[in-house]
Amino acid sequence: MPGITPSQTVGPYFAYALTPRDYGRPEIVTNDLVTPTTLGRHIRIEGRVLDGDGAPIGDAMVEIWQADAGGFYAHPGDARRRSNVGFKGFGRSGTDAEGRYGFRTIKPGQVPGPGDTMQAPHVNVGVFARGLLRRLFTRLYFADESANDRDPILACVPTAERRTTLIARRRPGEGDPVYVFDIRLQGKDETVFFAG
Amino acid sequence: MTATYPQEALSAHPPYRHLAYGSTAKRSPDHPLVVIPQTLSELTGPVYGRDSVAPDDSDLTRQHKAAPIGERIIVSGRVLDQDGRPVPDTLLEVWQANAAGRYIHKVDQHDAPLDPNFTGSGRCVTDAEGRYRFISIKPGAYPWRNHPNAWRPPHIHFSLFGPSFLTRLVTQMYFPGDPLLALDPIYLSVPDEAARRRLVSSFDIETTQPEFALGYRFDIILWGRGATPMEN
Repeated sequence: MPGITPSQTVGPYFAYALTPRDYGRPEIVTNDLVTPTTLGRHIRIEGRVLDGDGAPIGDAMVEIWQADAGGFYAHPGDARRRSNVGFKGFGRSGTDAEGRYGFRTIKPGQVPGPGDTMQAPHVNVGVFARGLLRRLFTRLYFADESANDRDPILACVPTAERRTTLIARRRPGEGDPVYVFDIRLQGKDETVFFAG
Repeated sequence: MTATYPQEALSAHPPYRHLAYGSTAKRSPDHPLVVIPQTLSELTGPVYGRDSVAPDDSDLTRQHKAAPIGERIIVSGRVLDQDGRPVPDTLLEVWQANAAGRYIHKVDQHDAPLDPNFTGSGRCVTDAEGRYRFISIKPGAYPWRNHPNAWRPPHIHFSLFGPSFLTRLVTQMYFPGDPLLALDPIYLSVPDEAARRRLVSSFDIETTQPEFALGYRFDIILWGRGATPMEN
């Protein structure tokens, strides 16, 4: 079997191509996944991308991939797919000088896991940056979900302490819920990253 | 869904920590990656088909009032999986420096001229046989501060999706015969020499268009799931 094309870093200069809003160019992917026809609980996801010194990474890009509120993916590989017109489930956000990223989306539903398990609601997250020779892949879970305790993927994470790095906490306040998810690439409280 | 992506293929990628490339030092995880079962969340992925790009998006020389300065090139190839099957209808996004080695990005302060007729970003979607094609100008080399007298070899950045979340790939395409490759810590971060060579395009007389532009061929091979087709 031939080998894959290796990854190379996204570098520092991707913004005008991949997140080009500030350059007055049309974006193909944005950080707002909600359209007028999207069903489900509107939420925001916010956080910072931090390096091994805890310093903000201002030139990162965060991508998310998630199911709709019913737990269905907008993809032909999800044969159970139900129509939720307009929800693509994919978003992209750059980071600012403080390392902050953010998305407006909806709370995903539960998705089947291996065997007969059900996964807790979650969002797949990819991180790209200068100094990252490959994407980093992690997952965001929601602190107010009791299903986390039975999630088959969280169960793969060696310690409870490390599992907590995958749990977005809900910020107290009125209005649409805001979930805070910081991504630490290295060091104390390093986020759990997955192979793939 | 039965077939999953075998982990072995990932050994072609660079390690996260490659200290010759200084920016990896504080941005690479200390912990090993956690291997998880590949679920529907990994085996599906975003779909951006032909309706998401305009035909002109793939011609980087026609985005402004006049033609950009530089050597016009055609870059084309196929996107395939490891079984040699074409990856159709998948989005490619590219970006690059201009002929002088300068990006329009606000952070790039290299003392080389911007070209008012060149932005340096494009998009296209593969056809049913996995083929893609861009028209551009050859990017210049540019200095960076990784080490004394450090120069990036001319390259074009590629971003691809493929059929799932797991096949997402961001990489760089280089040009054949470039002496800077042997000195570039980003290129050299790929441990295996054969894998590294897959990042280098080849000059292609078939792609070359008479009286118009030199052609370069760059095939991209995405992580494959083996022979078993996706099924429930």
